[in-house]
This record gives sequence, structure tokens and C-alpha cells, in this order.
Amino acid sequence: MKKELICIVCPQGCRLTVEEKDGSYQVSGNTCKRGEAYGINEMTAPRRVITTTVKLEGGRCPRLPVKTRTDVPKELIFDCMAKINQVTVKAPVKMGDVVLADVMGTGVDVIATRDM
Amino acid sequence: MLTYDLVVIGGGPAGLAAAYSAYENGVKNILIIERDDVTGGILNQCIHNGFGLHYFKEELTGPEYAQRFEDMVKGTTVEVMTQTMVLGITPQKQIYAVNSQKGYLTIGAKAIVLSMGCRERTRGAIAIPGDRPAGVFTAGTAQRYLNMEGYMVGKRVVILGSGDIGLIMARRMTLEGAKVLAVVEIMPYSNGLNRNIVQCLNDYDIPLYLSHTVTNIKGQGRLEEITVSEVDENRTPIPGTEMKFDCDTLLLSVGLIPENELTKSAGIQIDPRSNGAVVYDDMQTSVEGVFACGNVLHVHDLVDFVTAESMKAGKFAARYVLEQYQHSGETTAVKQGDCVSYTVPQQIDLQAGEETTDVFFRVNRVIKGGTITLTAEDGTVLLSRKKAHLLPAEMEKINLKKDLLKGHETVTLSVNC
Amino acid sequence: MIDVAIIGTGVCGAAVARELSKYRDLQIVCLEKDTDVANGTSKANSGIVHAGYDPKPGTLMAKYNVKGNAMIRQLAKDLDIPYRQNGSLVVAFDDEDMKTVQALYQRGLENGVPDLSVIDAQEVRRLEPNINPDIKGALYAKSAGVISPWELAIAQMEVAVQNGVEVRLETEVTGISLCGDHFEVTVKTNQGTEVLETKFVVNAAGVHSEEVCSYISKPNFHIVPNKGQYYLLDKTQGALVERVIFQCPSKVGKGVLVSPTAHGNLIVGPDAVDVDNAEDVSTTAQQLAFVRNTAARTCNKINYRESIRNFAGVRAQGTVDEFIVGTVPETDRFINIANIKSPGLTSSPAIAVDVVSMMGEAGLPLKEKDDYVKTRQIVRFRELDEAGKQRIIEKDPRYGRVICRCETITEGEIVAAIHAPIGARTVDGVKRRCNAGMGRCQGGFCSPRVLDIICRETGLKPEEIRKDKAGSNILIGQTPKGQDKASV
Repeated sequence: MKKELICIVCPQGCRLTVEEKDGSYQVSGNTCKRGEAYGINEMTAPRRVITTTVKLEGGRCPRLPVKTRTDVPKELIFDCMAKINQVTVKAPVKMGDVVLADVMGTGVDVIATRDM
Repeated sequence: MLTYDLVVIGGGPAGLAAAYSAYENGVKNILIIERDDVTGGILNQCIHNGFGLHYFKEELTGPEYAQRFEDMVKGTTVEVMTQTMVLGITPQKQIYAVNSQKGYLTIGAKAIVLSMGCRERTRGAIAIPGDRPAGVFTAGTAQRYLNMEGYMVGKRVVILGSGDIGLIMARRMTLEGAKVLAVVEIMPYSNGLNRNIVQCLNDYDIPLYLSHTVTNIKGQGRLEEITVSEVDENRTPIPGTEMKFDCDTLLLSVGLIPENELTKSAGIQIDPRSNGAVVYDDMQTSVEGVFACGNVLHVHDLVDFVTAESMKAGKFAARYVLEQYQHSGETTAVKQGDCVSYTVPQQIDLQAGEETTDVFFRVNRVIKGGTITLTAEDGTVLLSRKKAHLLPAEMEKINLKKDLLKGHETVTLSVNC
Repeated sequence: MIDVAIIGTGVCGAAVARELSKYRDLQIVCLEKDTDVANGTSKANSGIVHAGYDPKPGTLMAKYNVKGNAMIRQLAKDLDIPYRQNGSLVVAFDDEDMKTVQALYQRGLENGVPDLSVIDAQEVRRLEPNINPDIKGALYAKSAGVISPWELAIAQMEVAVQNGVEVRLETEVTGISLCGDHFEVTVKTNQGTEVLETKFVVNAAGVHSEEVCSYISKPNFHIVPNKGQYYLLDKTQGALVERVIFQCPSKVGKGVLVSPTAHGNLIVGPDAVDVDNAEDVSTTAQQLAFVRNTAARTCNKINYRESIRNFAGVRAQGTVDEFIVGTVPETDRFINIANIKSPGLTSSPAIAVDVVSMMGEAGLPLKEKDDYVKTRQIVRFRELDEAGKQRIIEKDPRYGRVICRCETITEGEIVAAIHAPIGARTVDGVKRRCNAGMGRCQGGFCSPRVLDIICRETGLKPEEIRKDKAGSNILIGQTPKGQDKASV
């Protein structure tokens, strides 16, 4: 099986071809190692970083921007959003502070992306 | 009158990088003037990731990228004046500004960096007919409401324009519980990065209608319905192809325009193609000692490129302040030829500045398998490079050795397809 | 018991309200169905102060136009309304047009229009170097000008309110009955219906004036709403022409005008198409193209890439070619101001004077106040000089915070608009009072901040803030965050 993909690892957007042979994957068209990993992941267990906001109290904005520290399984995006949406953070907060640990049991923390 | 060696107008990514770079290059007496409450500019509302891979070698979100630069600038003697609006600049490098604390300010500068960024094209600019209800927003305005103020602008959304902001907003609105019915693009190709089509549209099954546009807007109070039509090769709507969307929100991501009102007030020459100042390869404008960088100069796709350009502007602004650095007078003009919509810089100084220079440009159509060529007045090909894909949505660059340009008053950059 | 109920708060209703507010011991109430005053025809038109050569001699239109033209000049000064007496040209493209120009000139003389002349092609080109050179000549009327039409209404209404007039917004008249020496006016608000008793009624309901009249008397006029569409261009195009440039009215139509606005933009339009629905202010691709193509005869240098807005207005035009100003057969205490098409804006102050004297004749006691507030002034930060800017910021630091970048409008001006005698409650209401959001980014940057300031100053919630009309809420609610806490 052969699949054409566009790599989302960086803005370059390389056009990848992923070929499956007996359970192993061959990636071509990539210009870096991360592209290869993306190609294989995308065929087996696609993952995405979630970037969103949480409620912030006492800050200069009513919302704090946050992200999952690394990517999480794509199929858990909406479940993770539901968990993240429950969080309220009090200012002050520092970039990198964990606002929600181990979201949905993924082992990935949700962290602040701006001092507030 | 306040005086500074360097005044940077606009504290977004371009201004922060220019100020930091000028400081690193020896100028200590620097002021950044920012109209908003905080620096960081548009990055503050661009909470998605994809920033910093070139400059920081890691993937950051917009706020993180802004924070990094803010922290770098904090460790210097650069002063930041927020909530301050510049009202005018003179060719003698006097700056008029106002804020609540100090009132009306006149500020003198040895050098100025212009980094005011850009604004979004509006409904009026593209003359979408119909009613004028609430619920029609530029994507960036909606992004600010959503990501910074914490407000939903609507529940059922159509997005016109497949630029990156439009694509990013399609995903953001979806994640926050809205239904994005369609992204509509008048061109036969998307204006956003391919990765954003994948992770913002495909991931959420949002349809992208290429060669389509919005041809009517209905709604008395709030938006109720829009009509989308297919367009022909001249971008004219084709009768009979109308589709109606029952929606309460239309987001417009139909282009960005450099904000050069201050630039014009200083009498600086503007390039009608890029909508920004005409600059030399050191980012200096037609007025000596005034530099420009970032989206006020030309609209970039990636903040990393803004940073690189602004670092350069800061560096040469520092040299201008410290060394009475001047242009040599031996210059080559770069003109755009076939398939190229503009170039930055437009002028290259063969003596001053660096030995090589990047020339940034955009193509005006999708080109598969093109050759980028630089030709002299007599048609001699000075340089030629092949490239598999060239897209209007993606800024291109070539690096030139200045030696190549010796003896040529003008060269033309074109793409043969 | 109310003395005078004025239905409609466009330029005519506002002018009558201001005129009446000069007199003491009167309870005057203005009834407006919309969310703001001047939100119909008065806010969406060319904004031209006509000289008065167009109407047929002997008509009310001719009389009020010439008189109103002079009155507006004074009003603009007294009430601090953006106005410029820039003159107008009616340009002729051929000999046929030149005959029309001559006829308009004669008509103007008969109507008593001052400073009117016919000029040759060379003079036209000298005055307006950017219009197409192949013209034959023009009618030049120096008394014509441009005004901010909605501010003409708002400013007069503000003065009226300062002098004791009451304005009820979102109050729609649904019926009127004559009950001996007074009227019962039924109004619908979001609180339900209410019946008001009033001695006099002034019907200034614009496109709805026929309906309002019909409650009391069979109308002797019939309104056929007529829509006109426009381009409004950036100030970069505002100096393309110096004067209002009309084309000659012909069998094909009235032509479209090209003119600077009182705010310094360029306006191009309108077309004229009858519509069924008086509230239909939609624009169409076809008619906008017509506007562009027709305007190109006057000037082909207009850069439509600099367009910042399209809009349409509906003229309260009727089947008779004359204003209807006067009482009805049933009673002399119900006065129609109807069929007010062009030159209605220019005529409105003169109409108001006559309407008030008609009420006087019908028994309304008109005793002048000693303490009448005649003038109004607002701060326009960007028009102040350096010292003036410094002074106002020292007095109130909010004038040092620029909210609208494109038009340089400060927080101080926005707050003043919200706390004005008829305070802005909508984002467009702020725009009409102080220009925030009127520029090239069309509120892209400032509208979230303006919304924020309205909330802070009025105590309204963000999701309650409307763009303009009823139901035009900008936000639908907060993003679903902090749900844990909300549920506790």
C-alpha cells in the first residue's frame, strides 16, 4: 500500500510517500528525520499537538494560552479539550508552568505558553 | 525633547528582533514604541504552534516565541514604551507620539526602524455584496476575541480565504465547539501552507472549496445565510453554481496589507507591488537612517523570516548610528520579471553591507518545475536555479553574491515556467 | 400629557426636536423604533448640501433647499458638525448636457441660489484636474457642500436632549388614534406595549411615513422606497476631486456623483432602484458595477482597491415629485414630513422651522426659553494642535490612549460618545459619533476595544453589545473555559 502525505512537522510541508510492506513502512520525499517519523506515525498512530486556552483569573487577559508539551494521539483531541476546558488558572503564571498534568492519561502535560 | 540613538516603531516580532540585534551590535540607547499594552504584537493571539523552527530550532507557539524575544530584550538596556501611539515621523527623524502618562511626545532619533506590521483586508476592500449584519469578521479580529478575550464570535462558520489565518481559525473555532461548514477560496489553489490544510482542515473534515467565492450575505441583525458561487478563470462568479450556507459567522482571511501610513508621512518611497518601502539589502529605506522590516515591509509567511530580516535591519541601524555608515552609490536595482510579483530588497548596494544578500520574492501563480533566473539588462543570465514547486503562498528567496551584479544598474528576477 | 410626539429621529425629526426645544414648558418626546437615532435614510446617503438649482421653481423643495443650505452652514458651526462648503459641479459631456447645464443655471437663478455660474471646459479642468478631460463645461455652485449626514441628526438631537427633549429608542409606533383634543399613540418596546397621550404628532418616519400617516388620515402620497448603492474609499482617494461632481440628469438617469466626504474620504454613487422592502439596504454586485462604470465617465482615476466599504441607503421617495410638509384634513395637530427625498438632508432645518410655526398656528404655545443651549462641541483629538493635545491629555489621560489607529480616535472620545446626551450603546453608534472604526481597517483592530469600553462604561455584558440594529450582537458568549469552577 502506498500513500501520499504532506508532512506537517515544519512549514516546509514536504510531500511524503509512505509505502507499507509487510507491516514495515518506507518513507520517501522527506528532507529530515522527523519527517520520516511523521510519515510512519501518520500511518500507524497519528498524533497532534493541541494549542488552546484556559480560563485565567487575575491576569491581564481572561484567557491563558496553553499547549500540550508534546503531541498526543489524534483521536483524543476532543477528549483532551474537554479536560483542558475544566481548568482555571490564577495569575501570575510563567511560560512552561504545568496547568494540567498527564492529560487524559497520555502522559503529556498541558503547559502555559506565556507569562501572565 | 527625548532623544535616542535608535527608535523602533512597533514592538511585535520585527521590532523586538531589530532592537535586540541593534543592541547586540553595540547601540545601547534604544527605545521601542508599542501601541498595545504589551509587546509581541500579533504573536500574542497566534496561540498555535509552528513558530521558531528556523531561529530557535524548536517548535514554539506564537506567545512562546514572543516571550522568548521579550525576555531577551528585557536583559538589555532597550527601553519599551507601551500604550503609546506614534502619530507622525519626519524625514529628519523626529517622531510624534502620544500616551496617557506623558501626553504629547516629540522624540528625536539618530536612526529609526519601522516595524508596524500589517492589517487585514476587509469586506469593503473586496466588495462582497449583500446585507451588512453582525457576524462578518476578519479572521484576525475573531482570533483576538477567541484567544485573548475568551469570546466566541459564532457557532456556524464559513471562512472566506484559505490563507494561514483562515485555516488556523477553522481549527480553533472547531476545537472551541463551533461548526465550520466550509473554507472558500477564490483562487484555484490555497493561499495557506500545505501543513495547515492537513492539520486544520483535513483533520476535522472541513471542506475546502477552491475557485469559489462568497457572492451574497444575508441577515438583518446577525448573519443568517451566505451564498457561495464557483468562479471562472477570470474569478467571475458562474451563474447557476450558487450554494447557500446557513451560518451566523463569516470570517475573512483575504489578505494582509502592510501598514505604511507613517512611512508615507516621512516621505519614504513605497513600492506599489509589495505595498512596503523600497529598501536596500541592508533594509534601509529611501530616507537615510530609516530602516524597515517585518510585515510592514512585505507580508511574510513565517515569523522566523521576519526575525532574520529584522535582525539585519537592527544590525545595519546600529552601524548607521555607530559608524556613520553610508551607502556607496554603487547600486543595482532588482526588478521583477515574469511570474514574480515583487522582490525585497529592490536595491542592492554593491559596496556597503554584506558580501552576499538574500532576495525575497513571491511568484504570482502556481508553478510546477520552474527556473528562477536573474538576467542583466542585455539578457545575459547571471544566475539560474531550478525549483520543483513555487506557490504564491510561499515566499521564495535566492542568495546572491554581490560580485555577480558588478557593472549592472538593473537586473531582472523572473521565473520561467 | 405629552405636548409633541415626534415619530422618527432622522434629520427631519431631529431638526424639529431641536427647533421645538427652544421653547419652554413643552414636553417633547421623540419615538424611534431603531437602536439609535439617525439610523435609516439619514445615515446612508451622499451627505451633500445641495445648492438648490435642481428642484422646480415654486416647489417646497426649491424653497427649503435654498433656505436649508444657508441654515446648515450656521448649524455646522454651532453644533460642531463635520462640514465643508466645497462647491459642486454639474459636468456636461456633450452639447445636450450643456443645454441641461444652462437650464439648471436658469432654474438656480429663479430659486435664488447664490454664487452660481456656468464655466467652460478649461475652467473645469483647472478646478478639477483629475476628472476626465473630455468635458464641455459645467454648472458651478459655490454654495454647495458636504456634511456628515448622521452627525447633522445626532448633533441636533443632542442639543434637543440638552434642552429637555426626551428620546425613546427601540420604541416603535404601532397605532395612533385621534381622541378629541389629543392623540393616543400606541408604542411597542421590549417591555411590551404602551399608550402615550400627546397633543401634537409630527410624522417624520421617513420610509415608513405613509404607514404612520395612515393611522390618522388617508395619505395623499405613496412612498416607493428607492435604493441607492455606494462605494466609500480610503482617504488616500479623498483628494481626487475637490468638489462634488455631478453628472447631468438625463433620460437614462441622474448619473452618479463623485465627491469628497466631510470626513475626507471619497464617495462614489448612488444608483437608483425601486425596492419592495424599505429596510432592504443590501448591495448587489450588478449595481455596484453600474456605479463604478457610470462614475468612470466622470473620473477614471478612482482606485477601487482603496475601497473601504460599500453601503446602500433607501430614499423615502414617493410617487409625487414634491415634499409633503403640512397638516392633514382631519386635524391640524398632526403634521406630515413625508416624501423627503433629495434634497431632504439640505432642506431639513428649513422644514423644521415651518413645521414648528404650523404647530404654533394650531395652538402650541411657543414661548422662548431664556436658557436655551444653542451650541454643542466635541473633542476631536486628531484635529487639535500639539499644545491642545497635551492640554487635553493632562486634563483627562484617556485622550492619550489611541484606540482607533486608522482615524486616530482616543479612548476619551469614545467615552464621551458613550456618555453623550444620546449615548452610543452599539459599536456602530460609537463610530457614528466619533469616527472610531470608520477608517481603512473598518474596526478590525479597534472594535474589540470599543466593545470593551462600552461594557465598562455602561455595565452591559460583552455578549449584549450589538454592532448596530436589534439582534446584531457581536459575540455569542464566552469560550467554554473554567467549567470545573462554574459547576461548583
